[in-house]
Amino acid sequence: MITDFEILETTRMFSEQHLDIRTITMGINLMDCSASTVEESCQKIYDKICRYAGRLVEVGEEISKKYHVPIIHKRISVTPISIVAAACGATDYTPFAKALDKAAKACGVNFIGGFSALVQKGYTTSDKNLINSIPEALAVTDFVCSSVNLASTRTGINMDAVRDMGIIIKKAAERTADRDAIGCAKLVVFANAPEDNPFMAGAFLGPGEPECVINVGISGPGVVKHALESVKGKDLGVVAETIKKAAFKITRVGELVAREASQRLGVPFGIIDLSLAPTPAVGDSVARLLEEFGLEECGTWGTTAALAMLNDAVKKGGTMASSFVGGLSGAFIPVSEDEGMIAAARSGCLKLEKLEAMTCVCSVGLDMIAIPGDTDATTISGIIADEMALGTFNNKTTAVRIIPVPGKGVGDEVEFGGLLGMAPIMPVNTASCADFINRGGRIPAPIHSMRN
Amino acid sequence: MSSKNTAVITVVGVDRVGIIAGVSNLLAQEGINIKDISQTILDNLFTMIMIVDLKDVVIERSDISEKLNKLGEELGVQITIQHTDLFNAMHRI
Repeated sequence: MITDFEILETTRMFSEQHLDIRTITMGINLMDCSASTVEESCQKIYDKICRYAGRLVEVGEEISKKYHVPIIHKRISVTPISIVAAACGATDYTPFAKALDKAAKACGVNFIGGFSALVQKGYTTSDKNLINSIPEALAVTDFVCSSVNLASTRTGINMDAVRDMGIIIKKAAERTADRDAIGCAKLVVFANAPEDNPFMAGAFLGPGEPECVINVGISGPGVVKHALESVKGKDLGVVAETIKKAAFKITRVGELVAREASQRLGVPFGIIDLSLAPTPAVGDSVARLLEEFGLEECGTWGTTAALAMLNDAVKKGGTMASSFVGGLSGAFIPVSEDEGMIAAARSGCLKLEKLEAMTCVCSVGLDMIAIPGDTDATTISGIIADEMALGTFNNKTTAVRIIPVPGKGVGDEVEFGGLLGMAPIMPVNTASCADFINRGGRIPAPIHSMRN
Repeated sequence: MSSKNTAVITVVGVDRVGIIAGVSNLLAQEGINIKDISQTILDNLFTMIMIVDLKDVVIERSDISEKLNKLGEELGVQITIQHTDLFNAMHRI
């Protein structure tokens, strides 16, 4: 028998603490949609996505109603398009992005990820085509997200691709300059990209994944913060225990929803991604949660230690709750999407260099950070290179989603709207790293990659 | 997921005459049996928790949530219905 206390605790998590299922993401394999012409391949892609994901939104809403649990997003991830498009003979892959966009709209989802390439060790011709198509593809579509894996612990860092992505990010910004460079908000580069990640912009269905799969991303920084409010002043062992318990409960909701969605759709359940994903709403912030540890403002000394502990305790609680935990799993620190991060960046307490340190101990990387539009492409590549090194050499996922906003500089702010939020333009160290970036080549895999 | 089709109904709001009567009436009309009921005043708010047997009613395919919502608006309280599986998943290993 469930006690009244437990029932009320649950209902308050949803009504007052912003607990939600952030996304149900259906992964769809598109390898069988290759064809010798662009038109035929795009038609196959559209038809297959609509066939598999046609009921995704409806099922999400049914589950949401049954448990009175908000399910914010229903999304789709697909096989990296650089693989699917390789046989089509064309060099411009924009039509593939348009086909994905059309299918996403037909299915009623709000993002589709997989305009992607995996180039951690080198480029195929198709990878090159895809990467060159990114700025145009993101400018002419609404819901398509793009990601490129540039590095892995096994292979090292593809520095040619790091150099090229600096240029591509600049182009994507310029191509969508009229919309505050929104193209860059839909583009992420990775080290050690997870192949089952349900979160955007980095979701794609990796080559080792099944035909179709349901992955669920949960959220709930507000729940953890609320739990911590009840242990004010207690030692950090108590804090860790409290976070674990909250993470356990949140993850169980995700597991329940994932299993039910999988059953209703007749599609296997893949993983739960137990990430604390903030939104710009007050009370749904990872920064405020870190401040609850006892920090005056996010970004001050102690922030990295608090984040490390938070990230670890979330995973420990979550893995007890579900046997299939995957994706990114940890705490997200996107600046523009987090009310507390925005405030800390605005006051100057949270700097780019501190964020970089924080990415060593959390699940993603430099995420949704707006920088001056006149930042050099090589400087952007330098930022990416550092972040790739953190991931590659520490055996973890890291990512960069950075937005050089044309015409804006430090002191300006940029508004993306909705869950993408708003961001103050953050200052960037402008001393040149061009000669380093322009060397190109590969940074060899670290010694600890040799585990066999 | 358990095979029992039961749900938890929570009612939270300012106390007034007729809350229990209103909710039980609606449930009776829908053929939903109340198995357990408890009420308390928490943080100055009337809080009632009911465990109900849904029998053949499927929450997501019926309009029971909408009807409870509407009743909640009339009574000035917040009423939610949630399948019991949610609470079992969260609070029991």
